[in-house]
Amino acid sequence: MKTLSYFLILAFSGGEHAGGGSPLDVNPGLILWTVVTFIFLLLILKKLAWKPILKSLNDRENLIKESLEKAEVARKEAEKLIAENKLNMQKSEEEAQKIIEQSRELAEKLKMQILEDSKKTANKMLEDAKAEIERKNAEAFNKLKEQVADIAITAAEKILKENLDKAKQINIVDKYLNEINKN
Amino acid sequence: MYTGQELIGADTLKQVAETAKKTDTSWIMHDVLDANEIDLTPFGIIHLPHLNLFGFDISITKHVVFMWIAMLILIFVLKKVAKSYKSSLIPKGVTNLTETLILFVRDEIAKPTIGKGYENFLPYLLTVFFFILTCNFLGLIPYGSTATGNISVTATLATLSFLVIQIGGIWKNGFFGYFKGLLPHGIPAWLIPIMFVVELLGLFTKPFALAIRLFANMTAGHIVILALIGLIFILHTYVVVPISIAFALFIFLLEILVALIQAYIFTMLSSLFIGMAVHQEH
Repeated sequence: MKTLSYFLILAFSGGEHAGGGSPLDVNPGLILWTVVTFIFLLLILKKLAWKPILKSLNDRENLIKESLEKAEVARKEAEKLIAENKLNMQKSEEEAQKIIEQSRELAEKLKMQILEDSKKTANKMLEDAKAEIERKNAEAFNKLKEQVADIAITAAEKILKENLDKAKQINIVDKYLNEINKN
Repeated sequence: MYTGQELIGADTLKQVAETAKKTDTSWIMHDVLDANEIDLTPFGIIHLPHLNLFGFDISITKHVVFMWIAMLILIFVLKKVAKSYKSSLIPKGVTNLTETLILFVRDEIAKPTIGKGYENFLPYLLTVFFFILTCNFLGLIPYGSTATGNISVTATLATLSFLVIQIGGIWKNGFFGYFKGLLPHGIPAWLIPIMFVVELLGLFTKPFALAIRLFANMTAGHIVILALIGLIFILHTYVVVPISIAFALFIFLLEILVALIQAYIFTMLSSLFIGMAVHQEH
């Protein structure tokens, strides 16, 4: 026990001898200066630094928050627009397909109709032409008939006008027959 | 028997005293303790003025000067930071570093421990944090001195914390409400006087622990570094140099960590006690 106390005395006396105090000494002057310094620092920093800095930080946080919210809204809107666009495109594509289909059908129909029409026209023309030919034939035949009759009458007249000698008659008949043949 | 022991004791004392003279380590304490001069050997010694106020010695000491240096650094840097926000809200350089610390104090210390109404205590907590941090770091630079390694300084800071805690509690809960709230709920009536005294003592032990913790942490690291370096001179050999330097360097790095941690702990505990005083229901 005694030895220990000697060591303690030595330790403290050594300290006092060296620095004029132990680390546990309280210095009232230093306390005063600490209070003054700290309170001065607190007041000056509160006015110069903390208020503007904290305000700026809050402002920035609000700005970021608002920006994020705005971005979120914009994103949702864009997504909606894209979906709408997609829908519209699909619709328009369908419509286009429909139009193409319709027009194809129409074209087919038109083609058929035109084909039919032209066939009909061609048939009609053919029939007309046939009728015309028939008619012309008939006409020609009639004319021939008339001419033959005329010729026969004229021949008869001439025969009647000539003297009725046989040779002459034969001659005449031959002559007229030749004429007819020539005709 | 008794005399024999005393003789042995006296012998030991003599022996120890002789050894102590040979290996004088008073310079360790000289370096850690406050002084009336700033030792800038080999450039000379700055003697500081002695002042007196109503019989009290209020001389400007080494630690006062270093507190003032810390104060000037903080005012200069933080003013610059505050100004930098005016030009742009995007932090850069010093602003970035300071902002990280400010946000740390705000979001990790004040907000979770105090909760609602933390904004009122934020300037105090920020000032305490930055002041202690700067003082701690000033002790780590050459020719520097740790003001926070002085019990007078830490005790004063702890007392200010104590005042902020009590004023915060009284302001929020009312004078009688605050002291009534100190007592735990549902204790027997005959225990109330005892518990009141215990709780009242508890109020004072908190800042006392704050003061001792900061002071001891800041002083201990310095003494360990100086003792390790001192081994070279005490043992009078170069063999110990690499070991001394390596260990001293390790402790120095540890001190950087401790400087940060102690500033954090002081602020954190102050904030926690403020939170306990303001919201007593918890």
